[in-house]
Amino acid sequence: MIPGPFTYHRPGSVADALKLLAELGDEARPLAGGHSLIPMMKLRLASPEHLIDLHGITALKGVVREGDRVVVRAMTTQHELLGSDVIASILPILKETSLLIADPQIRYCGTLGGNVANGDPGNDMPALMQLLNADFLIEGPDGQRTVAARDFYQGAYFTALEPGEILTAISIPGPASGHGYAYEKLKRKVGDYATAAAGVVMTMEGGIVTSCSIGLTNLADTPLWAQEAGEAVVGTSLDDAALKRAADAAIAIMSPAADGRGPVEYRKHVGGIMVQRALKRAAARAA
Amino acid sequence: MATQAKKTQVSMKVNGVEVEGLVEPRTLLVHFIRENLQLTGTHIGCETTHCGACTVDLDGRSVKSCTVFAVQADGSEIITIEGIANADGTLSALQEGFRMMHGLQCGFCTPGMITRAHRLLQENPNPSEEEIRFGIAGNLCRCTGYQNIVKAIQYAAAKINGTEYQEAAE
Amino acid sequence: MNDMTPTREQREARLEGMGCKRKRVEDVRFTQGKGQYVDDVKLPGMLHGDFVRSPHPHARIVSINTEKALQVPGVLAVLTAETLKTVNLAWMPTLAGDVQMVLADGKVLFQNQEVAFVVATDRYAADDGINAVEVEYEPLPALVDPFTSMNDDAPVLREDLAGKTEGAHGPRRHHNHIFEWTVGDRDLTDAAFRKADVTIKEMISYHRTHPSPLETCQCVCSFDKIRGELTIYGTFQAPHVIRTVVALIAKIPEHKIHVIAPDIGGGFGNKVGAYPGYICAAVASIVTGKPVKWVEDRIENLTATSFARDYHMTTEIAATNDGKVTGLRVHVLADHGAFDACADPSKWPAGFFNIVTGSYDFPVAHLSVDGVYTNKAPGGVAYRCSFRVTEAAYCIERGMDILAQKLGMDPAELRLKNFVKAEQFPYNSALGWEYDSGDYHTAMRQMMEKVDYAGLRREQAEKREAFKRGETREVMGIGISFFTEIVGAGPSKNCDILGIAMFDSCEIRLHPTGAGIARVGSKSQGQGHETTWAQIIATEIGIPSDDIMIEEGNTDTAPYGLGTYGSRSTPVAGAAIAMAARKIRAKAQMIAAYKLEVHEDDLEWDIDGFRVKGLPEKYLGMKDICWIAYNSPPPGMEPGLEAVSYYDPPNMTYPFGAYLCVMDIDVDTGVYKVKRFYALDDCGTRINPMIIDGQVHGGLTEAFAIAMGQEIHYDENGNVTTGSLMDFFMPTAVETPVWETDFTVTPSPHHPIGAKGVGESPNVGGVPAFSNAVNDAFSFLGTTHIQMPHDYWRNWKVAKELGVVG
Repeated sequence: MIPGPFTYHRPGSVADALKLLAELGDEARPLAGGHSLIPMMKLRLASPEHLIDLHGITALKGVVREGDRVVVRAMTTQHELLGSDVIASILPILKETSLLIADPQIRYCGTLGGNVANGDPGNDMPALMQLLNADFLIEGPDGQRTVAARDFYQGAYFTALEPGEILTAISIPGPASGHGYAYEKLKRKVGDYATAAAGVVMTMEGGIVTSCSIGLTNLADTPLWAQEAGEAVVGTSLDDAALKRAADAAIAIMSPAADGRGPVEYRKHVGGIMVQRALKRAAARAA
Repeated sequence: MATQAKKTQVSMKVNGVEVEGLVEPRTLLVHFIRENLQLTGTHIGCETTHCGACTVDLDGRSVKSCTVFAVQADGSEIITIEGIANADGTLSALQEGFRMMHGLQCGFCTPGMITRAHRLLQENPNPSEEEIRFGIAGNLCRCTGYQNIVKAIQYAAAKINGTEYQEAAE
Repeated sequence: MNDMTPTREQREARLEGMGCKRKRVEDVRFTQGKGQYVDDVKLPGMLHGDFVRSPHPHARIVSINTEKALQVPGVLAVLTAETLKTVNLAWMPTLAGDVQMVLADGKVLFQNQEVAFVVATDRYAADDGINAVEVEYEPLPALVDPFTSMNDDAPVLREDLAGKTEGAHGPRRHHNHIFEWTVGDRDLTDAAFRKADVTIKEMISYHRTHPSPLETCQCVCSFDKIRGELTIYGTFQAPHVIRTVVALIAKIPEHKIHVIAPDIGGGFGNKVGAYPGYICAAVASIVTGKPVKWVEDRIENLTATSFARDYHMTTEIAATNDGKVTGLRVHVLADHGAFDACADPSKWPAGFFNIVTGSYDFPVAHLSVDGVYTNKAPGGVAYRCSFRVTEAAYCIERGMDILAQKLGMDPAELRLKNFVKAEQFPYNSALGWEYDSGDYHTAMRQMMEKVDYAGLRREQAEKREAFKRGETREVMGIGISFFTEIVGAGPSKNCDILGIAMFDSCEIRLHPTGAGIARVGSKSQGQGHETTWAQIIATEIGIPSDDIMIEEGNTDTAPYGLGTYGSRSTPVAGAAIAMAARKIRAKAQMIAAYKLEVHEDDLEWDIDGFRVKGLPEKYLGMKDICWIAYNSPPPGMEPGLEAVSYYDPPNMTYPFGAYLCVMDIDVDTGVYKVKRFYALDDCGTRINPMIIDGQVHGGLTEAFAIAMGQEIHYDENGNVTTGSLMDFFMPTAVETPVWETDFTVTPSPHHPIGAKGVGESPNVGGVPAFSNAVNDAFSFLGTTHIQMPHDYWRNWKVAKELGVVG
């Protein structure tokens, strides 16, 4: 399990990184945390001739508030998200989810940018970004552009990111203060991808749901924003019937693969359970 | 068709000592540590980031050195199991804890486990059992069932904090 | 005596002998990263070898083109079956009497089978090389389901066996049949079933899994052409056996082969067998004249070097209406993969599976085992168990629960009713074993009392009612396992490996100053032999443990031994150690008698020396005796103080235990929680209770993993789907339950120190406890037997089929 040979580049700025990508073309891959790419390279399922390590670009680090939004720069690690006061206070669901990603060592390396840009349906952050309606800031040879997380994913490992582009930051609208949130992830063990996972952010007033957004992980070849499922509980007191409607609406859009985590039927079923549990836990947290 | 890429010079501080070496860019940090530096305490168990036997401390982070290139660690500061003992050569509180609590059997996961626990205690000097289990979940052990590893880390935490370790049950 | 004279307690404590929780000697180096494992061996000019492996489970090899690989910088050679044929090593004998391809010869028979061996200057170049070897395959239909192996239209897997109707263990009925093995009295057993009030019959499968120690299999082979000597550093649980096998197949004189097993990172049975990597590295070293290292990666380990279990056991029990068992009939379909490479004693094609009558007094029993070939990896190793004993324990412990359910009896009560009684030992089982000692009723009652068994059943009854009322979505299971193991292979009258009798050995050499070294034929892979062997010696001859160095694993220095697996170290090597120590003590007694000017018979042993009976002040300590032995021995006595013992055990040992698991299962997700796990072990005399507890913790963790999901799984096309530690369930500290341990002590009457061995009990006993808990959880809803592994989705599927989830 040894990667094929490559040339290593460590640009100091996004501009330099983009320049390298433009020059080196298809044979170059940007390297973020590396915990998806390097194992692929070791199995020689990926054999880039050039690796462009983004760790030297300080401008890609950090979490900042920009008005009502939180901007997480792409090379911010999950471990750094866990230590961020901004995340803890405005987007606690990111903290809850980060703790459920892989294991401590990998969280020190894995980045938010890598997690969302890679297009692996098993990654947890993409569904979160969809339910939060985040924007991905992308820089490329033709300048900057923004793609909504909800428009970014096209298939397993296929995204709106064009060759030569780098995802530089994620801009997340801060949910209303007092919102409830939960990320429910069923997995076989620490380090596994979700058998099924659901994230919920909601607001309530007087015991009635006033807004709700639901995201689903590893239940299709892309992350899923379960719009109808979220709408199904708005205006309800989250009674059993509403929970069931939401779960059914979510299940309707799931198309997981059968694998060692279980057959399709099971994964959809527990996907629905995760939705219901996340809704209940989020409601309990909503002010 | 594979061709060997140009080698590059890397330098880093490992266990307090400045080291350097000429490596291919694809050289994994674990191989640099084990083969170039001949620090063979860091082990290879799975090569796919699941087992944690190759865990080292890199700039204050526990990382699995099978999934980091040596070139990425250029200029960094690394602690391996060989750098864990006290300055006077005696066993550190963690090493002592592992021995006293029978926290190891074949010893293969132990360097990674201790190196990881070292960082865990730096970040959380007084962890609960649950926090320890969560904190070492990136390290697999096939021999001990973890129960005595948890005790070993509790023993070390108590010793570092200057309190007496009370074993909960025999 | 003055105040400075140590008390008896102080003298005992200073020895750190048997029964003491001595801290481990090994840990000083292991905690500092100073262990010396095989991959740490670096010899001058060392090359690296790596395998090209088959992506197909069954295919004909059309061609292998090594040209491009040989052009890769650093690649020096590529071995194929054709190369190996020139040294007559394209095939190798297996421990089970079959032959196995070292490199694919004409066809491949399982996915990831070794096809070519690339030798290069370093592991990076070797990896580049394997990616440049071009192999053309012509895929053939894969045989995956062992139940179809002997169908008329089943594909022929082993063309090399065409026309061979006789195998190593008797007649073969079909081209994919390996052997049939039968034990017991078929007629009497059939008669018992005809007369029975109640019978049960269930096909109980124990799925394919893998020992997967954290360190994979690896070796460094170095052939010295000038001296004609081969040195092998390897991850070997049985280094002497490897030396003899190499001598026999490579035709190198045995004294010119040096096998060194250094520190080993866990074995669990994985490191007993001989694998193609060892042969290829040795051949490559002979061909290139340089040392060659081979280190398998985790995927290779999980998919190519051995597997465990894969037994499909049709189990029938006959009983009376009041729950007395009257007969046992078991047929096993054993999936051995592409080659029969089981690591069993050679005369035992199904190991000691005939321990399947377990802890119960079956008057009659009959067992038959059919071994078959499939397109899967070869192996069949004893994953932390004596040979096929965990399969047997699982079979009978599930069977007893199924019977209890049919009779409407409590499973604990059924067991108590049928246990072999303490006064029946030594007990001759219906399938041919003589159990040495046991007190099952005491152990079972102690367990039931400690866990408040009656209280647990009440809690379960309440929970079941609550479940039926819809107040909870969890079902509660209580799993009991009462296992009897057979370990300590073994007596030469019935145990050998390729003709080598399964004795073990120890050589003790005491030095003049009262310290010494003991070399033993066993080989620790984490069991702590350097610590515990010294404790036996300390107690036997009164020299402190700290003054005894233990050495194992070097075939040039250690006496010939059969190694460590099947919980044989304490029963066999441990006995050899005690016997060698006793030889030393006997000589020491002669020396003491001479020096104290009394007859030997007038001396008594007193902790660390000899005392004249009735004259307590006349005492000579062992430390002084050591000096005298060398420098002023009695006239006519040879100087020196050393002894060797080769121990051929008169019988196996039979450890036993009572385990209980309490588990809740959420029917909506299938997610289980182990609420409690209690393990009582009786391994006879306890040498180091700390290490025993550690062994039990580790074995239970493996049992937990196996029962709850650890599986080597092949899809219907023969592709392995569990090749990484993400998909092959190896629990972390988060998933692993908390273990409660307990013990009783029933010494083995035939073992010099009464010890029985413990390393494997928790795996053997643990698996049925977990599985019985899952089965017990669902049984009130109408299930009889749920196959392992009990992972989340399968639990949910059970609930779904029972109609309790929407």
